[in-house]
Amino acid sequence: MQNIEAIGIGQNHYLILSAIIFSIGIMGVLFRKNIIMMLMSLELMLNAINLTFIAFGYFNGNLNGQIMVFFVMTLAAAEAAIGLAIAVMIYRKFNEVNIRYFEQMKG
Amino acid sequence: MSHQLLLSLLLLAPVLGFFINGFNFSSTKAIAVGTLGTLCSFISFICSLGLVLKLGGLPEDQRRLTVEFFNWLQVADLKIGFSFIVDQISAVMILIITGIGTLIHLFSVGYMSHDLRPAKYFAYLNLFLFNMLLLVLSDNLLLMFVGWEGVGLCSYLLIGFWFSDPAKASAGMKAFITNRIGDVGFLIGMFILFFQFGTLNFVEILSRLPAVAELGWTGPITLSCLALFIGATGKSAQIPLYVWLPDAMAGPTPVSALIHAATMVTAGVYMIVRLSGLFVLAPNVMMLIAVVGAATALFAALIGLTQWDIKKVLAYSTVSQLGYMFLAVGVGAFGGAMFHLMTHAFFKALMFLGSGSVIHAMHEEQDIRKMGGLAKKLPMTHATFLVGWLAIIGFPFLSGFFSKDEILWSVYASPNGHPLLWFIGVCGAGCTAFYMTRLMALTFWGKSRVPKEIHPHESPLVMTFPLIILAFFALTIGWVGVPHILASVLPGHIPNVFEHWLEPVVPKLSFIGKSSLLEWALMGISVSVAGLCAWLAFDFYIVHKERPKSFVLKMGKLYQFVSHKFYVDEFYKQRILDPLIEGSTALWAYVDVNFIDRLTYFIADFTVSAGAGLKSIQNGQTQQYALYILLGLVTTITWILVG
Amino acid sequence: MFLSTLIFMPFVFALIVLFVPSKYIRSVSFGLALGHFFYSLNLLRFFDSSSHAIQLAQKIPWLPSLGITYFVGVDGISFWLVLLSTFLTPIVILASWESIKENVRGFHISLFALTSFMLGSFLAIDGVLFYVFFEASLIPMYFIIGIWGGQRRLYATVKFFIYTMLGSLFMLLAIIYLMKLTQVQFGQMSASILDWYKLEIPFVAGEFINTQTLLMIAFSLAFAIKVPLFPLHTWLPDAHVEAPTSGSVVLAAVMLKMGTYGFLRFVIPLFPGAVDYWSWVFLLLAVVGIIYGALVAMVQPDVKKLVAYSSVSHMGYIVLGLFVFNNYSVTGALYQMLNHGISTGALFLLVGLIYERTHSREISKYGGLASAAPWIGICFLIVTFSSIAVPMTNGFVGEFLILLGSFSTKKPFAVAASTGVVLGAAYMLWMTKKVFFGVESDLVKSEKLHLKEKGEKFDLRWREVAYLTPFLGLIFWMGIFPGHFLSYSTASLQHLTQSKGHYELQVLFASENDSKVVENNYQGK
Repeated sequence: MQNIEAIGIGQNHYLILSAIIFSIGIMGVLFRKNIIMMLMSLELMLNAINLTFIAFGYFNGNLNGQIMVFFVMTLAAAEAAIGLAIAVMIYRKFNEVNIRYFEQMKG
Repeated sequence: MSHQLLLSLLLLAPVLGFFINGFNFSSTKAIAVGTLGTLCSFISFICSLGLVLKLGGLPEDQRRLTVEFFNWLQVADLKIGFSFIVDQISAVMILIITGIGTLIHLFSVGYMSHDLRPAKYFAYLNLFLFNMLLLVLSDNLLLMFVGWEGVGLCSYLLIGFWFSDPAKASAGMKAFITNRIGDVGFLIGMFILFFQFGTLNFVEILSRLPAVAELGWTGPITLSCLALFIGATGKSAQIPLYVWLPDAMAGPTPVSALIHAATMVTAGVYMIVRLSGLFVLAPNVMMLIAVVGAATALFAALIGLTQWDIKKVLAYSTVSQLGYMFLAVGVGAFGGAMFHLMTHAFFKALMFLGSGSVIHAMHEEQDIRKMGGLAKKLPMTHATFLVGWLAIIGFPFLSGFFSKDEILWSVYASPNGHPLLWFIGVCGAGCTAFYMTRLMALTFWGKSRVPKEIHPHESPLVMTFPLIILAFFALTIGWVGVPHILASVLPGHIPNVFEHWLEPVVPKLSFIGKSSLLEWALMGISVSVAGLCAWLAFDFYIVHKERPKSFVLKMGKLYQFVSHKFYVDEFYKQRILDPLIEGSTALWAYVDVNFIDRLTYFIADFTVSAGAGLKSIQNGQTQQYALYILLGLVTTITWILVG
Repeated sequence: MFLSTLIFMPFVFALIVLFVPSKYIRSVSFGLALGHFFYSLNLLRFFDSSSHAIQLAQKIPWLPSLGITYFVGVDGISFWLVLLSTFLTPIVILASWESIKENVRGFHISLFALTSFMLGSFLAIDGVLFYVFFEASLIPMYFIIGIWGGQRRLYATVKFFIYTMLGSLFMLLAIIYLMKLTQVQFGQMSASILDWYKLEIPFVAGEFINTQTLLMIAFSLAFAIKVPLFPLHTWLPDAHVEAPTSGSVVLAAVMLKMGTYGFLRFVIPLFPGAVDYWSWVFLLLAVVGIIYGALVAMVQPDVKKLVAYSSVSHMGYIVLGLFVFNNYSVTGALYQMLNHGISTGALFLLVGLIYERTHSREISKYGGLASAAPWIGICFLIVTFSSIAVPMTNGFVGEFLILLGSFSTKKPFAVAASTGVVLGAAYMLWMTKKVFFGVESDLVKSEKLHLKEKGEKFDLRWREVAYLTPFLGLIFWMGIFPGHFLSYSTASLQHLTQSKGHYELQVLFASENDSKVVENNYQGK
């Protein structure tokens, strides 16, 4: 750990990295049409958040961050399960996993 | 009996008759229901006789009986009692109403004997009697208005009595609506008086009057008199609201005799006489009344010259005679107006009933061109009609002579009068003599033009008896009001009872500086003009029968103009009614349907299209929703950070 | 408790009707409604007509933090309207005995709910409670027109609902604002009308944008639509034409009165400055409504539409009377509210029973009905006379007082309004002539024959006699003895017209318990 600090990697670096990953995730959710890819992008966003939590936990010297990460991971697992299930259902119905087919939600 | 009891009975008897016959309206037993109706009316007559005797028994300056039954309407300062007053004016009226009313009821028993709905007829007739009594007996303007509208209502019902004929139903409607126009005037006059004097009670109003007459047109008294006079023109068929009366002849003939000749139509005159103390304070309105009265007298008489329907002739004659009454009122001769009202009630009721007898005999034929020579077939009707004829043309010493002469003299000699008005009056009298003689000549005299299938026969006694009684009064009633100059030369010096009777309640005219020679001269002129015109008519229609035709040809368009009643009905229809209906249709189509509803639709459509526009945002694409969330988040964060 | 019982009794009835075997629904509901009416007559006993206070009041906290209470009470203004509402329910049930064939249970439940809400809105002294009842009454009416109505019923119901709803929303805003104002001025929020009367609402004469004027507009919009005041009236003819007879009767007789009642209870006493300044707008609209309604009624081809437009005209008189605001005119207006309820209610009943026989509302198809059915003719004629204000009938007293009052201060308006007297006679008599007089038309003849074959009576049947007689009796009773009715309202109206600008009302509670609740509560300034 001390090595990391030694080479000059600080809290900001973590935050910047997580921001970048989060943005990539957002872009993925917004613009990818494949539901699987969207779910993966979602995971990406969640993990970016996890990274932030851990970084803050480390630099503040307490365990709160790590605890939050566990919660998030549980959530991510649940979300992935439901999301994939929906994806499977869509695939069954339309033989496609393109989000375009999921338009029935409109009012 | 106390006067309270008498008055209650006087009013209740017709109401009772109305209810009994009214609930039994489909009964066809003409004799039974007729007897009941007549009986109720007769009870009223007896009561009014009793009341008048009681009144006469009181000292001259206290002749006033009042009865208050209950408090009708009380809001703040407005306090209207269901209360009645019998004084000299209403005494005359109740005698006329119940007396002539009873005779007409009796006549109707015969006249309506073949009708399908006699019970309904007698119920309405009794209701009318009640309302008319209410009108003349009430001690305040509002209760008078109740009777005023009530008689209009009965008139509506009775004119449209044979409602299966749309024309008759329309005539009833026309009468009611025209009357309503006048009634609005009455209402407004009442409002002005109420806010001016704080009361609607006659006695109280007259006691709170200012001492000086009001000049100009805009004072409250003048305006109220004007408005009330508009009311009177409606009820009493004066220009410009007279149009309903000729049409009202659609009703059964006895109804025309009772309502449209003897009683209801004189309500306007009665009302002005009742408020005479008020009207004399509005000289401008008085002048207007005189002018309208004179104009109507002549105008209606002119139309009467050209009519072929026996009842229409009498109707225009009624309008014309009412004009005389207004003329008298207008120049301040209130006593004269009441006198003429009374004599006219007798002789005009007589003539209407006579015409009813003729129509009955002719099987509902009313066209005098199809009559003629009926004098032999209907001797009694002819004899009584003759009396009526002489009375109306002012044959000396019959009732019409006295009253008409008094009016004409007052018009000439009164300070409010004018020789021109007198001249119009004399012209009207001439016309009256002409058309009445024409009516006599065409109906009763000369050769018969009766269609072969009709066999006229004299009416039964139940119909001729009232005629005889009325004829007797038409002959003699004038002697209660003998003018002073005549009384001074006649043996016995008969006093002017009528004038004396009314004196305490009606403002008196002064004829200071007018010589009796002038009065003699005027009387001579009017009698000779009437005589001349009567002779002329006799000459036209009996002696030289070809003359009317050539005369009509000579007059050409003018005759057309007169015989079409000066196109007044057409004018009202084209200029007022049709535009009103068209305008209303346009209002409905353009304002309601095309404007307001369109506007509503526009707002509704706007809402719908706005919704449709916003709907496209919610297009179901998950990724767009996510984008909105992101944008919202960014905006919020930016706002928090910046703001 | 009495008033609350009165309000909620019909709800209980609705529940009972839910479980009554379908064979007996009509008779049970009729019995219940009749009982309710007789129960409501107790009001005559309990009410002290010499006092102008809110009487028999009951107050229970509802949302204490917002100062909203369940607060009901009756005074001379609402007194007769309450009785009118209870009077109409049994009559309406009788009138729809045969005409309502589908879903009878639902119909009666709606009717009871409607009665309950109408009573509630007349009796509520709390602004929010009033609003709740005022709005809720739309719902059963919506069903009555929408389910049991004529062919274009959906169009009519939607129009009716949205029109009225739109107005009420502004009123809700105004109510909320007034509540906030009580908080600012008295330190505690209150929805009681009595507290609102004590508010000092800023007003600037001559300007449009100021608190009092805006609040007045918000309230007036709701009530003007309900009345309906020209030019917001177009929902009324449609609603009336499509509504079943019973709906029309209740709509015309009571629901329209909720608008004029609202003016009398809220707008006029709450915003004296603004009302004084802007009264000419209301007067103008009222007079235009009188004349416009009469003119348009004159050219209607449909009987019900004609009566509906006549309502517009008659309601114009009421608004005229209210905004002239003197003792005569307000008394006349209140009386005219009842008169209109009676005469127009009866007119709709008669039109309804004629429609049941001939299945047509087109005036041109009628003729000679008076000879085919003389008793119907007589009833119709009497009601017509009441409607055109012939003296001795109820209509005259109201119209006369309104015109008299208007004439004292607003002469031009009074004169213009009095033309309505002539026009009113014109359209009503024109319709009477077309429908009842003349020769029997083909329609009348064939339907008469048709009913004869079925062995039914063409003229009045006993059930119809039963529900028309009270109306005819009231027409004459109210016309000949107006004092019997006005005496209950005189004190309240006198107080209202005399204390212009500083109107306050005392409360007399029905029982001891209630008054304790109030002591703990806030009691004004």
